[in-house]
Amino acid sequence: MKYIDEYRSSEFVNRYVSRIRKTVRGKWNIMEVCGGQTHAIFKFGLDQLLSSNITLLHGPGCPVCVTPASIIDQAISISLKPGTMLCTFGDMIRVPGNDADLLSARGQGADVKIVYSPLDAIEPAKRLPDREIVFLAIGFETTVPAIASVVLTADRLKIKNFSILNAIVRIPPAVEALLKDPECRIDALLAPGHVCTITGLREYKSLVNKYQIPIIATGFEPVDLIQGIFAAVEQLERGKANLSNRYSRAINFYGNKYAQYIIGQVFDITDREWRGLGTIANSGYNLKEEYKQYDAKNRFDIALTKSDNENKCIVSDILSGRSNPSQCPEFGKTCRPGHPLGPMMVSSEGSCAAYYKYRSNDARR
Amino acid sequence: MCLAVPGKIISIEDESEIMRSGKVDFGGIVKTVNLAFAPDAVINDYVLIHAGFAIARIDEKKAAQTLDELRLFNKSKNDS
Repeated sequence: MKYIDEYRSSEFVNRYVSRIRKTVRGKWNIMEVCGGQTHAIFKFGLDQLLSSNITLLHGPGCPVCVTPASIIDQAISISLKPGTMLCTFGDMIRVPGNDADLLSARGQGADVKIVYSPLDAIEPAKRLPDREIVFLAIGFETTVPAIASVVLTADRLKIKNFSILNAIVRIPPAVEALLKDPECRIDALLAPGHVCTITGLREYKSLVNKYQIPIIATGFEPVDLIQGIFAAVEQLERGKANLSNRYSRAINFYGNKYAQYIIGQVFDITDREWRGLGTIANSGYNLKEEYKQYDAKNRFDIALTKSDNENKCIVSDILSGRSNPSQCPEFGKTCRPGHPLGPMMVSSEGSCAAYYKYRSNDARR
Repeated sequence: MCLAVPGKIISIEDESEIMRSGKVDFGGIVKTVNLAFAPDAVINDYVLIHAGFAIARIDEKKAAQTLDELRLFNKSKNDS
């Protein structure tokens, strides 16, 4: 397929690998922010091609992984109310809340529907006016325009039985929280390409200036990723800290202005809790006053009764790049895809799931 | 979650603002998607699709430029 096949060329990848090996002198920790990038790196084995001087850290860019257990508790509680249908992306259905997951709610008779697009949650709302349809709205800036669009659509079509349980988040404040941490080990960042198509690169430019760290906006195919890693290594070896766009076929500096306008119509920026990272200032979106009727938290009696349980999952160390999944004592033992202790073993983009799928044989050797 | 797949616009069926939509061909699989967030994309353009929505029009010139750079890089001599 055009715009995929040419960016999977092993010839180009090998050439970059060889150049990276020739360039690298120091020991560098490079974090890919997005879970999609983490999976591509493992799927194509890029981590194994790199020099041992380069350690890839896997960032917090998996929305499923950073959604607090308390939101899942609330989603379960809504789904069990008579007359409701809870629509969710498929990845969320097995993520553990504090006591249970949405799959077990379905087992108790809840109507939990897996959707591919937020638009798929509007259709049942039109068709079933006597039911309450709730969309579990998770995602980063990539998904926010779609969620804003369905709220506007519900409003314009006067659909009264639709609402969202909002857990959407913004990436740059979370990245800044990691960079501010005194224990931060990150030398360079690969910024999440698809998030940046929407946001543009202004906020990343500020982070480059403030923290003097190379940030490379990077795509998702092997050639994109290895190019991003090469650009980071080149800068690190020269002592530079610049913003670089290695995904210019999709990203421009100012981002998607119409998407930003629609987001601004529907949402205000607010503080948000992240699983494993705590509350991060300005890292979320709240529905504006005029769209509050579409907030499931206003519509249902789902007062938060519990904060996230502590368990053996080291989600916070992994999301912040302090540990990798194979360093977790539970990895592959009590925590497996069939029996996950935490969200990163469930999500198709979680780094634990990536290690399990592509590297667990290595760990057992 | 932030997966986005490139596809080619083969028809535009609704031009009304946030409802702008059309058919996109993903290497033989055709889906109707929302095109509102790629307002300047027209038939035969490639767009990145995420969760049923176009999030960006792929810049053909920039893509060609990147590939030219890659080919040049691949031919460069200061490498084994």
